[in-house]
Amino acid sequence: MARLFRQNKILGGLYSSYGQEAISVGTAFALGPGDWIAPMIRNIGALLVRGFKPRDILTQHMARYTSPTKGKDGTSHFGDLKMRHVVSPTSVLGDLIPVMAGIAMAGRYLGQKIVTMTWIGDGGTSTGVFHEGLNLAAVQKAPFVLVVENNQWAYSTPVERQTGLRDLADRAKAYGIKGAIVDGNDVIAVERTTREAVAYARAGNGPVLIEAKTMRMRGHAQHDAAEYVPRETLESWKRRDPLDLYEKYLGKHKLWNPETKKEIDQRIAREIQEDVEFAENSPFPPAESAEQGVYCEGCHEIKAEWKRPKEEVMPPLSSVKPEWPLHALRGAARAKKSAAQSKPPKRSGR
Amino acid sequence: MTETTYLEAIRQALAEEMNRDPAVVLLGEDVGVYGGAFKASQGLLERFGWERVIDTPISESAIVGAAIGMSFAGLRPVAEMQFIDFIACAFNQITNFAAKAHYLWGAPVPLVLRGPCGGGVHGGPFHSANPEMYFVHTPGLKVVCPATAYDAKGLLKSAIRDNNPVLFFEHKFLYRRIKEELPTGEYTVPIGKAVVRRAGRDLTIISYAAMLHTSLEAAAELAKEGIEAEVVDLRTLLPLDHETILASVRKTNKLLVVHEDTRTGGMAGEIAALVTESAFEDLDGPIRRVTSLDTPVPYASALEEYFLPNVAKVVTMARELAHY
Repeated sequence: MARLFRQNKILGGLYSSYGQEAISVGTAFALGPGDWIAPMIRNIGALLVRGFKPRDILTQHMARYTSPTKGKDGTSHFGDLKMRHVVSPTSVLGDLIPVMAGIAMAGRYLGQKIVTMTWIGDGGTSTGVFHEGLNLAAVQKAPFVLVVENNQWAYSTPVERQTGLRDLADRAKAYGIKGAIVDGNDVIAVERTTREAVAYARAGNGPVLIEAKTMRMRGHAQHDAAEYVPRETLESWKRRDPLDLYEKYLGKHKLWNPETKKEIDQRIAREIQEDVEFAENSPFPPAESAEQGVYCEGCHEIKAEWKRPKEEVMPPLSSVKPEWPLHALRGAARAKKSAAQSKPPKRSGR
Repeated sequence: MTETTYLEAIRQALAEEMNRDPAVVLLGEDVGVYGGAFKASQGLLERFGWERVIDTPISESAIVGAAIGMSFAGLRPVAEMQFIDFIACAFNQITNFAAKAHYLWGAPVPLVLRGPCGGGVHGGPFHSANPEMYFVHTPGLKVVCPATAYDAKGLLKSAIRDNNPVLFFEHKFLYRRIKEELPTGEYTVPIGKAVVRRAGRDLTIISYAAMLHTSLEAAAELAKEGIEAEVVDLRTLLPLDHETILASVRKTNKLLVVHEDTRTGGMAGEIAALVTESAFEDLDGPIRRVTSLDTPVPYASALEEYFLPNVAKVVTMARELAHY
């Protein structure tokens, strides 16, 4: 893709996933087919896990009419609500968090037992909507998993200038939800940690925030040489390249040999070559299609997939008494009472 | 004969749609136990339960974001902004996400975002906004501003059934001040259709929301002087009903636009452009506008009254135009 970019065949930016592949793939692998994801721009691996093809990504970047958005948006900005349950990213960081919380709430309402997931970078955790979205997910106990990819850099700003926290997983404490830290370059560990988080969220325990520690091995985008990143940092992370680590794992556990590796590499190269040709031979969109599709005028059917009896959410079964149970206040009253009875309250946290 | 207020009409629309379709859910600040700051959702939690009437944290971005997510899952969420002024906090979710999703990647967003707008109730600069034009300028949204109880109910039902994000601006001055008898049976009012509220031959007054009533009162005053004003209620600002606007101007040959929103970049400018482009030859005078001043909405009575359009201002401008 870097070659296509240099050939000016990619119209806009090119955002590399290099160094972060294990996070996209490992987390997406931990989900079931009915679960929902909203990738961010570097989560190309997650798109592939959900069944999108290299040609979808290539035609998008090259603004062809055959792309998932028919040339209306580029990069990995595309989705599929019906088949793959993928919500398209936008360029505005953090927006996907309340959106995925909303899908998680809707899924629970419909009785679907689904989990939703999205990703955010270390920089994206500074947005207001990160807070609003995660807080809403927490109070709703939404079956939602948020993966914070801490790649140390928000464009040119290091994470120490982004937050006073050492571990971004500690943000979970602010919302009273579960947080976890994982080595983002170890795909096996990422998958295992995510699987646990997904099971926890699916069981109704509330959202989980996973911090995957990693390093962005290229600039923010292709145009950015990232000279602000110390070379020695990159060198040390290069020795922990997620693909190398996984290949070593496979070799160590005798899960493949040099022949199978060669076979897989050739198959991938062939598929990508075919898809590059497909994309390059695809037409650009007709200019007048710019005017189409602003509104849904009956072109889509809105249909919720009910997995529980609708009667449960209709009167009289849905009727309730409209008062807050005020557990929290009663709890506080009890705490005050017990504090008065001499013992100091237990310190929470570490 | 029972008359229904504008507020009660909104509540009826919500209740009827929730009863008709279990995919309709409400969310917002204090919409559940309290029934909404203006009681628009009063009684709905009792009937439809915690899963369908969701009290949220004070997080407008999250409210709209979650509503977008729910709509992706096939629900038809109705999100409330406690005062429409706070819609600014959710501006990004509305304009960058909800408005673009169908155009970019074919994802319909069947949500309604409703809330109380407008001045005249001494709400001050943070509880009186008319933010419609930010959103009229955003392709992909629909913007509805009902002026009557009948329309409030019928348009809200249409908005809930629409497959696009609809912003539904309820004028809080009208909530309990106007009422009318509503049909007992089911009805809807189509989005995108204006209506002629009073027929006339001398000039057209185009308005919407609370200013419709000011315009109608002005028309009654003008009639005493022998000036017959035709009054058009836009009802929907986006998409705009060009046909009804142009037909009226072609009939009366003079146009006055009245709105409570501020002047620069307001709806009147857009309508003036439309009419000069499409019916220039039919005009017998300059297009005039009566609007609020280009200032924030001030608090003190004297200031707010000075700021807002009123019957006298409309009559003066209409009289001048009629005699032009």
